[in-house]
Amino acid sequence: MSALLIVVEHTNGTVKKYSLELASKAAELAAKCSLELIALSFGTGAENTKAELEQYGVKKIFAASSFNTFNSEQYSAALVQLMQEQSATCVLGSASPFGKDVLGRAAMKANVALATDCIAIDCDGGKLKAKRPIFAGKAIVDVSLESKVQMATLRPNTFPLQAQAATAEVVEFTPAAVASRSELLNVEESEAGVMDLTEADKIISAGRSIGNADNFKMIYDCAKALHASVGASRAAVDAGYIGHDHQVGQTGKTVNPSLYIACGISGAIQHLAGMRTSKIVVAINKDADAPIFQHADYGIVADMFEVVPELTKAFHELISE
Amino acid sequence: MKVGVLIKQVPDTASKIVVSDGKIDESAFKWVVSPYDEFGIEEALKLKDAGKATEVVLISCGPARVVEALRQGLAMGADRAIHINSDNAELDPLTTATALAAVAKEESFNIVFAGKQAVDDDCGQVHLGVAEFLGWPHVSPVEHLDLGEGFVTAKRPIPGGKTEVHKVTLPAVIGCDKGPKDPRYASLPGIMKAKSKPLAEKKLADVLAGKTVELKNTSVSLPKQERLHKIIEGDAATAAKELARCLREDAKVI
Repeated sequence: MSALLIVVEHTNGTVKKYSLELASKAAELAAKCSLELIALSFGTGAENTKAELEQYGVKKIFAASSFNTFNSEQYSAALVQLMQEQSATCVLGSASPFGKDVLGRAAMKANVALATDCIAIDCDGGKLKAKRPIFAGKAIVDVSLESKVQMATLRPNTFPLQAQAATAEVVEFTPAAVASRSELLNVEESEAGVMDLTEADKIISAGRSIGNADNFKMIYDCAKALHASVGASRAAVDAGYIGHDHQVGQTGKTVNPSLYIACGISGAIQHLAGMRTSKIVVAINKDADAPIFQHADYGIVADMFEVVPELTKAFHELISE
Repeated sequence: MKVGVLIKQVPDTASKIVVSDGKIDESAFKWVVSPYDEFGIEEALKLKDAGKATEVVLISCGPARVVEALRQGLAMGADRAIHINSDNAELDPLTTATALAAVAKEESFNIVFAGKQAVDDDCGQVHLGVAEFLGWPHVSPVEHLDLGEGFVTAKRPIPGGKTEVHKVTLPAVIGCDKGPKDPRYASLPGIMKAKSKPLAEKKLADVLAGKTVELKNTSVSLPKQERLHKIIEGDAATAAKELARCLREDAKVI
């Protein structure tokens, strides 16, 4: 039987939520196209992903546990080797920095088509058809893949979780060694314990009118009450009020949360590009004419310094720990 | 050191996207060098300014109008350009990467820069393919680059507020993210000089080695997003409470 191979990501055995979303969709496609659902997982703890992955229909996990130092050539070569050994006719990953890089290079190495950052995907007569955003989400393009082996990466926070119990077998995968002139020296940490915004289900962001770095505490307090992550506009980042890792927008992160609260953000096109697909958008701005209100579900025309602390209180009352 | 820069011509990011009959109306577009590719040109020119690069060569694959983008790069300070004329043929990341790599291979570059992704299709796959076909390492996206003796140190941001530090022995492909400094503007003398800088033309068919497009864009549509546009009135405390209630009971997101 041909296989549908998914590349899953985990941190010490805890599978990323977007990898479970990927598995959910992949299980559906595998059933539809009569493919065996298998997974590739890199790094220490890869074998521990079994407990979670088998709840989402994965039947076999190839654990490349010795792969702990990221290298594009080595990881993509390992993927291509497994693809070929397992006769995978469909290979899916997440449109995370890791997924886009590894599957991107692997597709070129294997000489096959890859549709990246898909927001919808289906297989029709054994061929993948997908929808993906272009022009920073201003348009959506329908794509069809023609190569014998077909690859795609799925946008995080887009596909629903769909449990589908199975029993998974774990196999240690030791790919052939590949030399590389690139070496990962170390990983620097600019901000400890920050969740990636692209994985966040709720985000509260502030614009330059926050005024200074200390005032971001008000946003952080509200985020805590809401169990949300903190984002920012490019202007706030450029002004040095918060790190670039929090920037949402065309030159920052593209996020897809269920809830996006924009505080003191005018709604420039470049910012909208980064959060346009949010399920629910809330705008809090002193200026009733701010463009953001055209792109919001709920709006409060008021000073965020008055509203946000009240919102924090309201969330505390409503939301349990 | 010889430096190559892969550039793509794209519609200006402020362009309104108009779709009719499943196709994008290109008639009103203003065409520019893709912004991340401009950062690639800037990195190359920085090396030239520092006396490390002896020549900066731009390569672009696309229809006739792409020459305009190459001239823009030459005006910024690049030395030479190569246009692979696709004659409006359909392209995909694989065929584009094949064409660019074939031309790059003939140039003996020490380093090739490209933007991390083009701002029209947002694929970010072509420069990975060029690296693969050249048999070189790549690092992308890179927010900071330092040149050493025969190697570069590239910083790549990853989720969770972290940065990977890669040491890459040249030659290599670097996918540029927004850098610390904005790309330079073309000066008037630069624009004048650009007109006579060498710009070679190649035919796509000659560099494709028989590859065909296997990722097809079949139809374009505009995203449907109807927002509620509900304004919540009242003083701060009242509005906040009402908003929280709406989010829980109506929108059901908290």
